[in-house]
Amino acid sequence: MMTTIDAFLAAKGIYLLTLLLLSLGVAGVIVCNNYMKKLICMNVMQVAVIFFFLCLGQKDPGTIPVAMNEAVKAAEYINPLPHGLMLTAIVVSLGTTGVGLSLLLRIKEKYGTIEEDDLLKKQAQQARRDKKRRELHHPGDDE
Amino acid sequence: MTANIPVLVILLPLCSALPCLALTKVNRHLGNAVVKIACLGSFVLSVIQLTEVVKNGPIHYAIGNYAVPYGIELVIDSLNAVLLVAFSLIGILTLIFAGNFGDRKRPMMIAAANAEIALLITGLLGMTSTGDVFNLYVFLEITSLSAYCLISLGGSRGVVSAYRYMLVGTIAATFYLLGIGILYGATGTLNMGDMAKILNEGGHDNAMLVAMCFLIPAFGIKMALFPFHGWQPSAYAHAEPGSRPLITGVMGKVPALAMFRFFFCIYGTDFRFVRLSLILLGVFSVIGMLYGSIMAMGQSDIRKILAYSSVAQIGYISLGFAIGTPISLAGAFLHMLGHAFMKGGLFFCTGAIRYKYGTADIDNFGRIYKKMPLTCGLLVIASLSMIGIPPTVGFFSKWYLALGAAGRHEWIYIAVLVISSLLNAVYFFKLIEKVFIRQSAGLKERWKSEEFELPVSIILPVVVCFLAILGLGLFNVRIIDILLMTLEGVGL
Repeated sequence: MMTTIDAFLAAKGIYLLTLLLLSLGVAGVIVCNNYMKKLICMNVMQVAVIFFFLCLGQKDPGTIPVAMNEAVKAAEYINPLPHGLMLTAIVVSLGTTGVGLSLLLRIKEKYGTIEEDDLLKKQAQQARRDKKRRELHHPGDDE
Repeated sequence: MTANIPVLVILLPLCSALPCLALTKVNRHLGNAVVKIACLGSFVLSVIQLTEVVKNGPIHYAIGNYAVPYGIELVIDSLNAVLLVAFSLIGILTLIFAGNFGDRKRPMMIAAANAEIALLITGLLGMTSTGDVFNLYVFLEITSLSAYCLISLGGSRGVVSAYRYMLVGTIAATFYLLGIGILYGATGTLNMGDMAKILNEGGHDNAMLVAMCFLIPAFGIKMALFPFHGWQPSAYAHAEPGSRPLITGVMGKVPALAMFRFFFCIYGTDFRFVRLSLILLGVFSVIGMLYGSIMAMGQSDIRKILAYSSVAQIGYISLGFAIGTPISLAGAFLHMLGHAFMKGGLFFCTGAIRYKYGTADIDNFGRIYKKMPLTCGLLVIASLSMIGIPPTVGFFSKWYLALGAAGRHEWIYIAVLVISSLLNAVYFFKLIEKVFIRQSAGLKERWKSEEFELPVSIILPVVVCFLAILGLGLFNVRIIDILLMTLEGVGL
């Protein structure tokens, strides 16, 4: 009994860990109140997928996919494609994080907070103010 | 030259977007002119490509001449050839239109917005034409990143909506990546055609089901399908006004095309859980069609009305997929085309009214038709098309959807289709009533007119959308024939 679990964990355990990391990331994005923390959780989630792909490419007796002079058969190399794909995914995640951070800067500049509760309160105030201004003065002038 | 058209359609906007800001430094009109010319070129090439595809059948283009399952392939069949023409047309119209918005004293800001629009066009056209699942992911991210930036340009609310969209959109992209990771693990290929061939040999049903569980939310979020639409209304309403027609008209449709590719071209109807996934999709679309229409009735800001109505209209498209017969799929694609012009057109109108009077509240629209006859003409024809009154395209797409549903005896879908159209009628007739009957609110013009009604760069998109809605309706048989060239044999 024990041995089957051990064998399963040895073969597939890493996938369970990446699944755990993914769920942590998604849960963090949903639960956290602070926008900065949400961004960090988003990154954790992306890293989980990168791990997942790297695990797909791995195999046990396998060497790095660089052409060597000694006679090495194709079957002895690990699959390089997932690594190539994940290089792209890392660049994309870098871009997303950059956009996210610059948006956060703008939010902080305009509302003075990056806590979701405070932000929603301030937006509601802003909406009430806009409505009053529209009723008092003249129609028109939206943001 | 002609052999390279599929890739040139995508590359032209990309190559013009990157140097746009640098060229604007040289001369304030140069950058924008280059972007517009490149996107116009892309539109012309996609028209040529469509005639080629109709005459000679699908085009398979291997980028860089790498052998097909290893390299990236662009596949242009009659479906996405038609969509490419429509999307690039809306793209170029949006670019022409967007020049009127933004601070004229800051040419760099306008150029930046134009560059983002061109990147958005690149991503959308790329997603439409690619035949490689990972390449689709890259274009999806190009689309999303430029959309985040464009939404954040729309003022302080825009920034918050963009941030929230970014979080949700990244979850969608991550799920998509996981889904294709699972499929890649099962098949060892990333090319759509090759993957379809391997999956159809059978034996991968469980992996396919798990991948499907990730792919439905991923595309659902990007399309703003019902339970995943939370980001959409505020993002559509607060986006940068010049780029709204493209964002609202096209951005939701392209993931729907990708969803079609996965459901019907890659998975195929031999997939053991195909009924289950189609029923799930059907439930989402039915609830979305009712929910979107009811929510839209309660709004008074025209941008919010149109945003919620998009939730309902995306439901029509996915309903066509859920029915799954060739004729209903053709109806879904006709609706995709038509809705791109209707929603794009309605946002051109909103932008035009905002440009002239600076308001988006429909209570202020009283007797606006006297001052803006052309804009109100489009407003009325697009509203009628949304409701589904002949001879506009909205009627015919719903007709084909209902025909497909009747063919499979899905009476509930037909009932919901009719109820949702009636609900559409409630809020669009309200809009028409405000425009024609309500007392004038005495709005002050922001812009002193020397020309007729509005500048040409705003009137042109309005007129083109007007003609497109009528034209697609009148020549619907021809378009359905072209669509069926690919769809025949696909589906249930």
